Amino acid sequence: MGNVLTIILQRLALGLLTLLIVSIVIFVAVNLLPGDFAQNILGQGATEEAVASIRRDLGLDQPMLSRYFGWLAGVLQGDFGSSFAQMNFASFSGTTSGATTVAEQIAPRFANTMFLAMVTAIIAVPVAITLGVLAALYRNTVFDRVANITTLSSISSPEFFLAYILILFLAVLNPILPSLSNIYEGMAFSERLEKSLLPALTLTLVVTAHMMRMTRAAIINLLASPYIEMARLKGLSPMRVIVKHALPNALAPIINVIALNLAYLITGVVVVEVVFVYPGIGQLFVDSVKIRDIPVVQACCLIFAAAYILLNLTADIMSILSNPRLRHPK
Amino acid sequence: MNGISRRGLLKSGVAAGVLGVTGLPLRAQSRGGKFTAGLSGANTTDSWDGRTHSDVFMIAAALGGVFDALTEVAADGSLQGELAESWEASADAKVWTFNLRQGVTFHNGKAFGADDVIESLQLHVAEGSKSAAQPLVAAIKEMKKLGEHQVEFTLEAGNADFPYLMSDYHLLIYPAGQVEEAIAQGIGTGLYQVVSFDPGVRFVGTRVADHYKGESAGFFDEVELIAINDNTARMNALMTGQVDAINRIDFKVEALLKANPNVNLQEVTGNQHYTFPMLTGSAPFDDVNVRRALKYGINRQEMVDKILLGHGKVGNDSPIGPANQYYNAEMEQLAYDPDKAKFYLKEAGLDSLSIDLSASNAAFEGAVDAAQLYQAAAAPCGIDINVVQEPADGYWSNVWLKKPFCASYWTGRATEDWMFSSAYEAGVPWNDSQWDNARFQELLYSARAELDSDKRREQYYEMQQILRDDGGVIIPMFANFVQAVASRIATPDTIGNTAQMDNNRMLERWSVA
Repeated sequence: MGNVLTIILQRLALGLLTLLIVSIVIFVAVNLLPGDFAQNILGQGATEEAVASIRRDLGLDQPMLSRYFGWLAGVLQGDFGSSFAQMNFASFSGTTSGATTVAEQIAPRFANTMFLAMVTAIIAVPVAITLGVLAALYRNTVFDRVANITTLSSISSPEFFLAYILILFLAVLNPILPSLSNIYEGMAFSERLEKSLLPALTLTLVVTAHMMRMTRAAIINLLASPYIEMARLKGLSPMRVIVKHALPNALAPIINVIALNLAYLITGVVVVEVVFVYPGIGQLFVDSVKIRDIPVVQACCLIFAAAYILLNLTADIMSILSNPRLRHPK
Repeated sequence: MNGISRRGLLKSGVAAGVLGVTGLPLRAQSRGGKFTAGLSGANTTDSWDGRTHSDVFMIAAALGGVFDALTEVAADGSLQGELAESWEASADAKVWTFNLRQGVTFHNGKAFGADDVIESLQLHVAEGSKSAAQPLVAAIKEMKKLGEHQVEFTLEAGNADFPYLMSDYHLLIYPAGQVEEAIAQGIGTGLYQVVSFDPGVRFVGTRVADHYKGESAGFFDEVELIAINDNTARMNALMTGQVDAINRIDFKVEALLKANPNVNLQEVTGNQHYTFPMLTGSAPFDDVNVRRALKYGINRQEMVDKILLGHGKVGNDSPIGPANQYYNAEMEQLAYDPDKAKFYLKEAGLDSLSIDLSASNAAFEGAVDAAQLYQAAAAPCGIDINVVQEPADGYWSNVWLKKPFCASYWTGRATEDWMFSSAYEAGVPWNDSQWDNARFQELLYSARAELDSDKRREQYYEMQQILRDDGGVIIPMFANFVQAVASRIATPDTIGNTAQMDNNRMLERWSVA
């Protein structure tokens, strides 16, 4: 077990380095975009004096390097600062109090996104694995083909298109589910679930194909192994052969793909959130990029990157743990 | 002229109008029920600070629900008192006395009085405050409390529109001494009290039980505004009955909405207009003949038909629209005329003209298409327009006011003077054509202090003509406000046209059918 711990520590250290690089890339990229926060927030009212005064108030007139290191110093102490919009608002009203921090701003949004990701995962993962196992079992039959074609065409369509199709069939023509997922704090769990169902179904359609096909491929790959042949010769039923004998050995690649898709559920929900008006982190991210609110953009990107790093790490650990050969290396 | 007689006249006028037109008993608006609207224009940075308000979501929630201003522009464009009961001016329109409503309380129980007015207005000129209404309040030299319910304003210069300016949506009245708290929690004197407010997401309010507006306004028990910035999502929400009203209809889906029996479309022509300003300080636009050639080289009707899909009216190069009091509707309409364009080009000593037109859809929806239509229409006139598509990001900083000829828009202003002094007075920062006309300037100052309505009308009519003939801004079209309302909601016969959603006051004026 000792080497698993070493791997975790190594990977976490590398992850931190990745986060640092991501933060630099994002900072530079946002600065390269035309227009800055002052110009965007003022819009048509952007007179030179107004732009200059906002830049001065927010420290945007400082050179890029010193702004970046100022931000980094804060983050290393666990302080993500306040968003430009909040700071600007505070100076606007001539008060210093009341500026909420980036962390406070993101926390409820992130919780909403996690909720949606969880609902989706609870639907998508069992469905995908079941479909994958069945497709492997009945490979090259009509069932296999239909399952493949359906999931592949849903993954190939843009998300907003899937979302609108679902809205058309489940909200407009047959009013079963609400097309508006405006969840808010204090909403009953059942209502929250009902409102999140359409976006969750959309995301399910997007992520199922990948997981299902990996399950199918991994299992079929193993079916030619001698030990499966042995199991068959023992006279086990095909279902038992696949679930008891093939699936445990196929878990590593499946877990990897599931982790990748879970990470996508956190980082890739932007379009779906906009279509369903779901108050998650994706909407906040889009709004912040639009007005070049760098502290919020940075924080969102770090969360996205961290989600990828951690889920990939989990996937690796899980595949080691699920494989005795890796668990006990010689 | 004073406030009382003006209001009295208007009230009786409105009542007579309703009876005369319908001959039926007034449809009684009943109290009760819940109203939910899906609106665009919300941000995570929204707050109850009126100084920051700029889009319909917060204006409808604050001015239209939780807070009040001193005066209010009624749906028919006339001015009514809100927290002010009446007002009168000195002969030179320099000193204004406002009599405030008595017996009004804030949602936290504090009684409303003169101190609240003075402190709330001073917020806009406070040190470090960047309020958009700063120029309006800065024009007040002195605010004096004459009594618990009387305030006297002394202006820097006479302004006959002063009571109109006090209806501005930035100028919300907060309780004195508790302003920070009021901004944090949303404590006003409005018809609806804040139940919950999640910036950029949602606002819920309940009707104040005992309100000074009594049974004449605020018919819903509960109101909810949901932020839906995506056009399609907004329309879906209305079509599936999750909201009762939405703003900013996408013209392309109008037919679908019309086909739905549970939805009514509302359309009003207001002052919102799309423009092509040219910098008259530099060649070739410093020559009035070049400007005239360009005015005749644009096909206005085609733009209304193709860019607005008919939801608008042609402009006449004056920013004063049908929602203004002194709108000059009789002025001869400029029309597409290649011969005249060529004539003026020749007058300017040119055979042909080659210019760049900068456009981006940041200016208005369809601006690039409009520029291309202009290019096609101008070609037969000997004017070669090269359309430069600019990035939407930073458009207002890098293109507008900087490029010699570009696309822009204005939502319009409630009064002529306000509009002119925002964008046409010589030397003001937003004068996007760098235009300077001596006669116009002279009229601007004299009309501003003129209390005689007929004389003012004459002056404003002349100013609109000067703009049409000499101005540096081409205004091809006025864009309608189009919104949709579920049929379970009753709306008054006259809908306000100075802003979206019944002048942002739907929560106050609409009711359950």
